[in-house]
Amino acid sequence: MVNDLAALMHGFEVALTLHHIVLMFAGVLIGILVGVLPGLGAPNGVALLLPLTFAMQPVSAIILLSSMYWGALFGGSTTSILFNIPGEPSSVATTFDGHPMARQGRAAEALSTAFLSAGFGAMVGVVVVTLIANEIASFALRFSPAEYFAVYFLAFAAFIGMGGTDPLKTAVSLLIGLSLAAVGMDTVSGEMRLTFGTDALVKGISFLVAVIGLFGIGELLTTVDEGLHADAVDGRIGLRDVWRTLLGMPRHWVALIRSTAIGVWMGITPGGPTAASFMAYGVARRVSRNRARFGTGEPEGVVSPEAADHSAGVSALLPMLALGVPGSATAAVMMGGLMIWGLQPGPMLFQERPDFVWGLIASIYVANIVALVTVLSTIPIFAGIMRLPFALLAPLILTICLTGAWMVSGSGFDVAMACGFGLLGYGMKKLDYPIAPLVLAMVLGDKAEDAFRQSMLMSQGALSIFWANGLVASLMGLALFFLALPFLQRLFSRSNAA
Amino acid sequence: MRRIVLLLTLMLALAPPAFAQGWQPQRPVEFVVAAGPGGGTDQFARLVQSVIQKHSLLRVPVIVSNKGGGAGTEAFVHGRASAGNPHVVVFGTNNVWLMPLITRVGYSLSDLRPVAAMAADEFILWTHTDAPWTDARALIAAARARNGTFRMGGSQARDTDHILTKQIERATGVSFTYVPFRSGGEVAVQLAGGHVDANTNNPAENLAQWRGGRVRPVCVFNQRRLALTEKVHNGVGWSDIPTCTEAGIGPQQFNMPRTVWLPARTTDAQMAFWHGLLDRVRQTPEWAAWIESGSQSAMWRTGAELEAFIREDEATNRRDFAAYGWLPE
Repeated sequence: MVNDLAALMHGFEVALTLHHIVLMFAGVLIGILVGVLPGLGAPNGVALLLPLTFAMQPVSAIILLSSMYWGALFGGSTTSILFNIPGEPSSVATTFDGHPMARQGRAAEALSTAFLSAGFGAMVGVVVVTLIANEIASFALRFSPAEYFAVYFLAFAAFIGMGGTDPLKTAVSLLIGLSLAAVGMDTVSGEMRLTFGTDALVKGISFLVAVIGLFGIGELLTTVDEGLHADAVDGRIGLRDVWRTLLGMPRHWVALIRSTAIGVWMGITPGGPTAASFMAYGVARRVSRNRARFGTGEPEGVVSPEAADHSAGVSALLPMLALGVPGSATAAVMMGGLMIWGLQPGPMLFQERPDFVWGLIASIYVANIVALVTVLSTIPIFAGIMRLPFALLAPLILTICLTGAWMVSGSGFDVAMACGFGLLGYGMKKLDYPIAPLVLAMVLGDKAEDAFRQSMLMSQGALSIFWANGLVASLMGLALFFLALPFLQRLFSRSNAA
Repeated sequence: MRRIVLLLTLMLALAPPAFAQGWQPQRPVEFVVAAGPGGGTDQFARLVQSVIQKHSLLRVPVIVSNKGGGAGTEAFVHGRASAGNPHVVVFGTNNVWLMPLITRVGYSLSDLRPVAAMAADEFILWTHTDAPWTDARALIAAARARNGTFRMGGSQARDTDHILTKQIERATGVSFTYVPFRSGGEVAVQLAGGHVDANTNNPAENLAQWRGGRVRPVCVFNQRRLALTEKVHNGVGWSDIPTCTEAGIGPQQFNMPRTVWLPARTTDAQMAFWHGLLDRVRQTPEWAAWIESGSQSAMWRTGAELEAFIREDEATNRRDFAAYGWLPE
């Protein structure tokens, strides 16, 4: 522990040089840029910068790339809130309340709430990482496919089990999502599924294309349908609004702590930021005092997914370094970089290159502060965009959507598909089908399916593998509890009434 | 960032021309990687790109794009659509000719022209250090006693790891439960955690866990031992790993060539240009360092020799796949 503290101090010495601070600023700014443009995204941004890093010291290179990643995480929330287009899968849940807030003219408040919660989550995440850096690898090694499945099942259960919508409609939406996730090559059997013999579907349906259509274009169509009331948001937006939000943040302390805890947990277990943000939103919607206002522009609906997303993003970085298994596409590119710089991610990295590992950890502290200050100062610019009349804004959003869909893999088919998803999103909204379960199923569906089938292979088909040890049994138990909660609550309130 | 890209382009434009005569690329070149970002194939393409940049071997910029969908078929379909375009270079493995065997894909082998096979990734049988068996014979005996429930982890179904598992089964007469994961990295962690009993990972994929003392190599699927004498863990190094023939189990030789392709209908002059460029890349110290860091074997097959190798390998695998029931219909 004392050793760790000394190592961290040494890490700060590495991170706090002028050269590295400049790299952090550069990384964060590029990150915000690629985060704001959906489709370009953090993985592509990191891949673009990678050749530049070959001439750098490894620790400088990872500081540049990871700063860019933090910048992209922040940038991804910006478009979620302003245009209802999530730049990253993990910022989908931010749209549920963030975008309604922006449409009510509270864009600055929504953005600052999102950034401040995210900054809080990142800070707690990195503190936890500092404390348990050396034990993290052996914990993560305990996860077999059965535990993976239990984690995904828990995320599903926590999010889906909540009331509010017709359970049948939720099921329909969920099943559409699962079918979409199944398109393309199947890992376990090696067969092509649901490609209808076309080459275009072989790579599967990109999550980003679906989200750009369902959320971005769908929202645009709905707004047009409702008769263009979205314009005319008045009032000057300055840094004063940011300050006011900052002062108001302590009010959300319960949501902040709860969501950060969920985020850190999901980051260390292999659930990842996307599952974390959905789960935090789901739990908040169930237990928050303001739960009735969720979905209509409730700040706590922004606080929860953002805090969870960033704390998971930060705490997922260490298992990646300690195990050598990337948790996301961005992490995969960074790991490829690590190998080219001559470092071997894995359990020995911590012992052999403490300067690198602790320099990186220290840079997470500094870079997140740099990123937070930078994004907060851009709020007046971004929030100002919302004051444009809808007639100007709509073509702008549509352009971002279509370019974003194109950039995912440079295919015209994807653009057409995004438009198709736009119609689907509009239809679902009109008929009151929830879109969130579809999105969740698309992100976690095929991972959960793989994990389930791998477990079945390993246990020769015996379901008892999901109760085989304390870890997997407690995860499954918690998930089943979440699923049963609505019924229990109904039962409880009925007996109260009687 | 745009300024950086501009600067790079400018630097490349001002660099001296590498090849004075024959065909030269006129436009930016696209390296298409038949895998997602991060894995071995991706590193292969990005390393070639960085060597080209560092030694100014090309006057035009190189863009690397990942098309890993459908286990790499996305990239080869893109290659088919780029017929006649010498500015598209596809990076893959032996999956170029194996994928059309196991599933219906949107290209055939004749849609691509092989430029070179530049390296061969080795395969090693690994087990975890908590396991009671320490050598190949004991491992196979344990697997035989477990009667088909011995868990062999691998990356993807009907891909190299799965093929090798089948070959071990055929050579030893035992059967395994093959559990496919998404990547070699995942398989390495599953073995280190003791959730599978063995795997057939490439050296680079398991190296970190070996150094951490979680997994141990059992034997290497090559006729000769690996050349690298560096010690990795507890005084044991690459060259101390017995070959699987020495260890008493087959198959003798199994590796995965890393291959580079041009679209069909490109000219011989264009082929000669890329052949010459890759030949220069493989003679740089960066290339040698990469081969060594992954304990891969150097390989350089081109032209008629490469085409004959591919034909032979495809025919062997087609026969085997028919026996496993993997061929469609």
